Amino acid sequence: MNTQSLTIDAHEPGTPPGDLAIWFFIFAELLAFGVFFGSYAFARAHHVELFNQSQQLLNRASGAINALVLITSSYFVVRAVAAIKQGLSRQCANWLGAAIALGGVFIVIKLFEFHAKFSAGISLSTNTFYMFYLSLTIFHFMHVILGMVILAFVMAKARSGGYSIEHHTGVETGASYWHMVDLVWVILFPLVYVIR
Amino acid sequence: MQYKSQAVAKPYFIAAIGLFVGQILFGLIMGLQYVVGDFLFPAIPFNVARMVHTNLLIVWLLFGFMGAAYYMIPEESESELFSPKLALTMFWIFLVAGALTIVGYLTVPYAALAKMTFNDLWPTMGREFLEQPLITKLGIVVVALAFLFNISMTILKGRKTSISLVLLLGLWGLAVFFLFSFYNPSNLVLDKYFWWWTVHLWVEGVWELILGSLLAFVLIKVTGVDREIIEKWLYMIIAMTLITGIIGTGHHYYWIGTPEYWQWFGSVFSALEPIPFFMMTVFAFNMVNRRRREHPNKAATLWALGTGVMAFLGAGVWGFLHTLAPVNFFTHGTQITAAHGHMAFYGAYVMVVLTIISYAMPMLRGRAANSAKAQVMEMWAFWIMTVSIVFITLFLTAAGILQVWLQRVSTTPMGFMATQDQVALFYWLREITGVMFLVGLVVYIASFFVAGETKEAA
Repeated sequence: MNTQSLTIDAHEPGTPPGDLAIWFFIFAELLAFGVFFGSYAFARAHHVELFNQSQQLLNRASGAINALVLITSSYFVVRAVAAIKQGLSRQCANWLGAAIALGGVFIVIKLFEFHAKFSAGISLSTNTFYMFYLSLTIFHFMHVILGMVILAFVMAKARSGGYSIEHHTGVETGASYWHMVDLVWVILFPLVYVIR
Repeated sequence: MQYKSQAVAKPYFIAAIGLFVGQILFGLIMGLQYVVGDFLFPAIPFNVARMVHTNLLIVWLLFGFMGAAYYMIPEESESELFSPKLALTMFWIFLVAGALTIVGYLTVPYAALAKMTFNDLWPTMGREFLEQPLITKLGIVVVALAFLFNISMTILKGRKTSISLVLLLGLWGLAVFFLFSFYNPSNLVLDKYFWWWTVHLWVEGVWELILGSLLAFVLIKVTGVDREIIEKWLYMIIAMTLITGIIGTGHHYYWIGTPEYWQWFGSVFSALEPIPFFMMTVFAFNMVNRRRREHPNKAATLWALGTGVMAFLGAGVWGFLHTLAPVNFFTHGTQITAAHGHMAFYGAYVMVVLTIISYAMPMLRGRAANSAKAQVMEMWAFWIMTVSIVFITLFLTAAGILQVWLQRVSTTPMGFMATQDQVALFYWLREITGVMFLVGLVVYIASFFVAGETKEAA
């Protein structure tokens, strides 16, 4: 095990890491999720009983495990960025590979959860709670897949030595998007699974 | 004009403006029929006037988009058009087919027209905005395919820029989504789905890509701002458009027999639809403020800025006004919709076509910009038409609010026709501002014939 430092050095002051464009995209994504979360809160306030009842039936354990999985994967992504800042392309690619693998774990756990719900005959039209539960989690699920695709591209480029100490905006761009995916779950999980 | 073949854009632009005049005349006819019900009856019944008004709008905007593409693509690809001859042939086919269709609408009863054009063999007629006979629809497909082939080949053999690729994506989308108009399922809910997949995915999807790239092209030309910066904005706008616009289709599904969750999906996503329009406004002003040259064509810059502002107001704000399901429950199909339709179409698509015409026409006529005198006149036309449409929108909004109240909210709701009598004052005011709009349009056309000192093309 090498001893790479975990300090993330400052960028040009005033500019976020990665490509500026991804930040606009992240902003738009967070806005869309934000409006959805707001609508959830609004709908919940009108159907407290129904929401409480339906929330009891969710699999909180798998939601919590998935939160840990994503947070861990985000840590791996941080290690990947730290690695490329020291010019360690191979380590960078490996850390990204580990993050993608955890993304896969998330997907598998989620598929089991969806399978259980769909076999129970639950659909978007079951009730307002399940409409939100399914659309929010599926919407997020698709973002996890997109995030994995982005990380896979970055990993492939890192493996072929496409990044260096000086030029590694791409790694930061992918990392920023992945953290967004993680962040949304960190809000979504307590909001939909836990808070009653 | 840098490439000889760009000249094919000129007849397209001229035809567009000619059909625009027709659209406004029929708008005035039906505007009057709102208050004088038997005006021109039985020669031009209301439903026919309405069909001609909306169909002409679509057709002249298509002429405008095609002209814009024929002008922009050679310059963007740094290559002559693949086949100028094909472009001119298609122009005449499209113009004649369009004219024959309008003549058909005006001279034969719609049902008879349907019979004459084999609608019973393959029914495609009778749906709002897509009323064209089967033959015309097939003609549109042929023209669109030839057009897409022509510009795609040009792009393939030349330089590929983000602007031309976004434009190409928008135009291909336009053609592909038109294909939904050929399928009329007998189930009414399915029928509405397919109808919206043309209508909505056009105006709140792929047309916005065309709008974005036209605006970006003109802004690069008149401001001299780095292409890289403009392209980044364009990508952002396109991403937001697609994220919000595609699922935003749900705001048409509220009351047509679809599952209830569409009320949430439609409300949430379409509530975000104003964002790309707002970005376009910020984009246009930002680029003009950071301009690195003083382009002599001030009128084109004015149109570009106007597009940003009016598209945001008409499509963004007036769209948001009635997009949330609980609001739409009351406003659905009232004059609120008409108000939104007028300002959105003018602000987004009419203005962007006039922007590119304003920029390209002087070039096509061999000068960088028109004389100061002609430009001042064009700017007068800009203000008269724009202020008129603002007032048309405000009067229709007032009519809509009153209509919703009298017909749907009040404890003693009135019938549809009784309500119409109550809002007649606003219809009169709308008709008067409609005449003002026509005056603006006449001034606009006159500005093309004003001479004066001009600068040579750069």
